[in-house]
Amino acid sequence: MNAYGTGNITAREPFPVAARHELGDAQLRANLRRATHTIRDKRLRVVEELPDWEQLRRAGAAIKDDVLRRLPELLETFEAAAAAAGATVHWARDAQEACRLVTGLVEAAGVTEVVKVKSMATQEIGLNEALASAGVDAVETDLAELIVQLADDTPSHILVPAIHYNRRQIRELFAARMPGVDVDTLTDDPAALAEAARRHLRARFLSAQVAVSGANFAVADSGTLVVVESEGNGRMCLTLPPTLISIVGIEKIVPTFADLEVFLQLLPRSSTGEPMNPYTSMWTGVTPGDGPQTVHIVLVDNGRTATLGDEVGRQALRCIRCSACLNVCPVYERVGGHAYGSVYPGPIGAILSPQLTGPDGAANRTLPFASTLCGACFDACPVRIDIPEVLVHLRQRGVDARRGRPSAQRAGFQSLAWVMRDRKRYATALRAARRGGAPLRMAASRRGTLRRLPWPLSAWTASRDLPVPPKQTFREWWDKHVSP
Amino acid sequence: MRVALFITCVNDLMFARTGRAVVQILERLGHTVDFPAGQTCCGQMHANSGYRAEAQPLVANFVDTFAGYEAVVAPSGSCVAMVRDWYPRLADGDRDLTAAVAEVASRTYELSELLVDVLAVTDTGARFPHRVTYHPTCHGLRMLRLGDRPLALLRTVRDIDLVDLSGAEECCGFGGTFAVKNAAVSGAMLADKCAAIADTSAEYVAAADNSCLLHIGGGLSRRGGQKPIHYAEILAGVDR
Repeated sequence: MNAYGTGNITAREPFPVAARHELGDAQLRANLRRATHTIRDKRLRVVEELPDWEQLRRAGAAIKDDVLRRLPELLETFEAAAAAAGATVHWARDAQEACRLVTGLVEAAGVTEVVKVKSMATQEIGLNEALASAGVDAVETDLAELIVQLADDTPSHILVPAIHYNRRQIRELFAARMPGVDVDTLTDDPAALAEAARRHLRARFLSAQVAVSGANFAVADSGTLVVVESEGNGRMCLTLPPTLISIVGIEKIVPTFADLEVFLQLLPRSSTGEPMNPYTSMWTGVTPGDGPQTVHIVLVDNGRTATLGDEVGRQALRCIRCSACLNVCPVYERVGGHAYGSVYPGPIGAILSPQLTGPDGAANRTLPFASTLCGACFDACPVRIDIPEVLVHLRQRGVDARRGRPSAQRAGFQSLAWVMRDRKRYATALRAARRGGAPLRMAASRRGTLRRLPWPLSAWTASRDLPVPPKQTFREWWDKHVSP
Repeated sequence: MRVALFITCVNDLMFARTGRAVVQILERLGHTVDFPAGQTCCGQMHANSGYRAEAQPLVANFVDTFAGYEAVVAPSGSCVAMVRDWYPRLADGDRDLTAAVAEVASRTYELSELLVDVLAVTDTGARFPHRVTYHPTCHGLRMLRLGDRPLALLRTVRDIDLVDLSGAEECCGFGGTFAVKNAAVSGAMLADKCAAIADTSAEYVAAADNSCLLHIGGGLSRRGGQKPIHYAEILAGVDR
């Protein structure tokens, strides 16, 4: 049985509705524009440094495709290797099962606070909420995640969860909500804000008995987990507390340690626009006398096996969560991450969320339409996910799934196709459309354009004029051109 | 060379002048233009909206209509991208159609590809004494990889004053039914594109796709100022 995913991956309202709401926030748009353009330009600069970037992209795609082809076998290899190294490996079908498992492990450790490394998998399964309802405080230690957590907000970007805040807003937030902060001396200087967070977190690192992480990669042949980060908070969490619990999506597998060579080049350049990330932590089970002495790994499906079943859509599982596609997306840039309703926003979210949740993911079926198919995401993707192809494929799946039900749009497209299938019907329709333009010309402005049209074209004329068809179609001109 | 013109449905109805310009350029360069009357629409709007089954007969009609021509040219980057990039995927599973698509699609060109790559033309002998900025449309840029072919052609036009457009490679927000389904987001993207165009002090904004220009022009017409123009009309020396 291919169970679909649950958790924080389902949009509550249709994308156009949520987007309209977000568009109303001028500050948000200014923050997003500034931030996405900065990262976008940085990425371009570091990608140009590598003459073999295209080959690296192809290698990354090929390795991930190989993984997807033999995922069951590689997962078992990973489980055996990790277990042999002293880790305990658990399997979770969906978000609820994963949360139940982790909550049980934390309760067994007898603590009421855990420190966390930034992790999309734990956001996806809603782990913080689950731990909170069990009376456990999950402290985010990544600076941006901490900002979002202090604000009682949700992340709006995969890599930079607080991208929708500027530093003045962050200063206000720290002053109001960070315990022990010196309100009088705190400025909005980034270094001062980082220092305040460092002081706040240091005490947590030193007292925590349990850490929770995700993983960027899980190496099958050695059972090694890899976390890539920038701030060193991850290194603290992964080495200080005696117990470490890692939640890992089953698609994070790479076959061998040598394969990391490709991904550790692709990921930092695509995500933060840096040649190398400051901290790369790797651990293989338990090392006696060094680091955590109790290591748990929870492998999570949550709709990934179901996604794997779709020949076109499965390429979304190659994703290494770099968020380059978000940073180049003109739609994301205008609306931000919250409009997508899932922890996976932007172009990758538009193809991943609806596949993970399946066709019953309610408003998720509006996500594949949240794109102009401009193709900027495909060009930026380090593992060559053809996002426009998957978007169109998911649109087709959606249309085909509802063929039995009446739909004005489908009726329109079907009659349009009926006309266009046949040259005579098409020529007649063109003439009619051109003639239909004649009375419209009376309604048109001096420039020959229409300012206001009835529904559904009112959506067009809300922000643009529409020209009236000219007096002659091309083929009418052509007929006179060849036989005057 | 005998070239078949694929006018595209949007141009046929709304932009006959672009078609006239293509005919004028090619005939002036000594080539023969055919206009196969069986042509209709490439099916892009259907396919991109999820109506694959409805698009498939249009694929069959296209390959029937244009089979046997040495070259097919269209003044639209996105319709050519549909034929070259998407037809093979739409024909998948139908062996005869796949073979027919492979045969026709490889010889279907966007205008600047035909001029630069096939006919080795860089100068179309046009004059256009105006300030122009160029918007590279998404499908021409990222699917066909037109590169600077249209600009290379525009640079040889007499008396033209070509000026750069900031954020040129960003989508204008059209996206077919996106402009209606996600009208608010589309409008926000359009506003930024129009502002960038306004900043150039150009009289015209040129592009390789009239559908994008219909969108951009619809936004510009509310602000007054720049006029949209298909670059073929500039290459033909049409001075409006």
